[in-house]
Amino acid sequence: MSETPLIELEGLRTHFFTDEGVVKALDGVTFSVPRGRTLCVVGESGCGKSVTGRSILQIVDRPGRIVEGRILYHPTPHETIDITALRPMSRQMRTIRGGEIGMIFQEPMTSLGPIQTIGKQISETIRIHKGVSKAEARNQTIEWLARVGIPRPETRLGAYPFELSGGMRQRVMIALGLCCRPKLLIADEPTTALDVTTQAVILDLIRELQEEMDMAVMFITHDLGVVAQIADDVVVMYLGRVAERAGVETIFDAPRHPYTRALMRSIPRLGGSREPLEAIRGMVPHPFRRPSGCSFHPRCPEVIAGRCESLDPDLREFGDGSQVRCLLYGSQTEAQQ
Amino acid sequence: MTAAPDATATSPLMEVRDLKMHFPVQRGLLRRTVGHVRAADDLTFDVFEGETLGLVGESGCGKTTTGRMLTRILKPTGGSIRYRLENGTTEDIAEYEGAALKRFQRDIRMIFQDPFSSLNPRLRVLDIVGQSLRAHGIASGRKLEERVEQLLQEVGLRPEYIRRYPHAFSGGERQRIGIARALALNPRLIVADEAVSALDVSVQAQTLNLMNRLKARFNLTYVFVAHDLSVVEYICDRVAVMYVGRMAEIGPREAVFTRPLHPYTEALMSAVPQPDPRLRGASARRRLKGEVADPANPPAGCYFHPRCVHATDLCRTEMPAFRNLGQGRSVACHHAETLNLQGALQPRNTP
Repeated sequence: MSETPLIELEGLRTHFFTDEGVVKALDGVTFSVPRGRTLCVVGESGCGKSVTGRSILQIVDRPGRIVEGRILYHPTPHETIDITALRPMSRQMRTIRGGEIGMIFQEPMTSLGPIQTIGKQISETIRIHKGVSKAEARNQTIEWLARVGIPRPETRLGAYPFELSGGMRQRVMIALGLCCRPKLLIADEPTTALDVTTQAVILDLIRELQEEMDMAVMFITHDLGVVAQIADDVVVMYLGRVAERAGVETIFDAPRHPYTRALMRSIPRLGGSREPLEAIRGMVPHPFRRPSGCSFHPRCPEVIAGRCESLDPDLREFGDGSQVRCLLYGSQTEAQQ
Repeated sequence: MTAAPDATATSPLMEVRDLKMHFPVQRGLLRRTVGHVRAADDLTFDVFEGETLGLVGESGCGKTTTGRMLTRILKPTGGSIRYRLENGTTEDIAEYEGAALKRFQRDIRMIFQDPFSSLNPRLRVLDIVGQSLRAHGIASGRKLEERVEQLLQEVGLRPEYIRRYPHAFSGGERQRIGIARALALNPRLIVADEAVSALDVSVQAQTLNLMNRLKARFNLTYVFVAHDLSVVEYICDRVAVMYVGRMAEIGPREAVFTRPLHPYTEALMSAVPQPDPRLRGASARRRLKGEVADPANPPAGCYFHPRCVHATDLCRTEMPAFRNLGQGRSVACHHAETLNLQGALQPRNTP
């Protein structure tokens, strides 16, 4: 774990300035993305997992913007680029985005351009980032389409996204995310809209390509089954903060944060009991009504009365590299500074 | 928990026979019919009173269409749905129209997938939930309000909410409103079409618990259309697997999950990502190749044969019949008896 990570997020705050008020989508997110491994970011809707991915790429939609914190990108262990210091449309940022950090979105139909053929979209990306000739870009495009399992790729270059099925479109999206051999692939719920059978094929593919290219993957999902299948490390987020970070075995076998534990208990498992599921009480609070103290305390089954309502726990590190933000593990500061 | 109903002892609430839904494909200026999409074809199954029947399959397999035919939102193009009324007589509701249809639709209600698009944003909760009570002339005025308040309490919402609009609620609360709406007319059967798919895991657990509680309280029967097999395994008593508009297999939950009879069921189950890192990659050997067949232009023989690793010449030429193999299990596979397929669950006797 002493190796320099690929990305370090330090106290990242991304806020959305809406007419009704400020939505603190990310409220001090700190974690690192190690090289060549798969990190899953999980959490329920509104926890900020997608905004985290978009912040790294500097593609947060207005009225959102990064207001505080740093995103340190280490292309090599000895180099450091602070992404938050770059302008979103600067040349350097555009080189990183799509070139060194690839991305796959949830809905391929809205993320692929509708009026350009898939061949054009991929080969243009390769040409921009790799500066190769048109013919070479075309060859690489065919190679990538074949690699992601699209049959007869030469004939598909001229196809438009609407002519492809959902699974095929998602493969095109993956080819687009990988075609510049990025150091990091950010995949935001890439299989959520797909059938389980197609999902299984896509997950196999991502895993296979990752090993082959020694690429880091940041996989954003809410599906704990998917996490168990592909993650090396897991970051659990709740209301714009990291609740827990640990290796995948620890997360599933010995989770520390009450939220992680509650999530694990609430999912139905094949062959499990048919007793009522242990649901988490209440629901994710509205972003304008963020609870005081630990933001999970109103729903927490292990809440410590008189403490969790007022004390905001720090992210505490354990010997195995895991991190937990919970008063059960000591270490706290007063909420209001 | 209700036990799986004994197929021989009770007479079914609904007997579906050779049910078909063929949508015409029209082309050209004169909108000539050039073919049919066989969204559902020759479906034969029973729904027993008090059970939860799961309907699973990939997108486009016809599970939603089937649910909509059972609720008669869609009128089938063929086949019959024999429905047992409360007085014990049985009627074919597949052909019902007008007043007869309206009367029957009090008994069978639907819960929809997307809690954001299935509620009219311009109506108050009172109107959304009370709409059917008004339409059927059951309640109005203060009585209607009382009934709606009572329904909200049943689904765990506060009765004061009746004057609010849907935008004031979260996804999980909206789904509860959808459930209250389905319950308004005291139905006997509820078709839940992907009712928990759009919900966060913690809210999904609450909703599943609620549905189970309501089922026991009001003696409901559920047809649960879903693609998440862990959810289906948790909530259903029996499971029906569909492929390209046809029934691949139906049987008691544990039997189907332990020892499927159709190769498609096996493939579907092997694709479920299990929430256990130790089971990682355990099923990678049984990935499905190729794409789902086009229901407008299905392959000859068994629709599944181009993707099936067990396919023989017989499968390529002859469509398998949907056969009853006893113990409540039916399957549409020529080789069901000889294949030894593996389910998502380990048999009980081996650890």
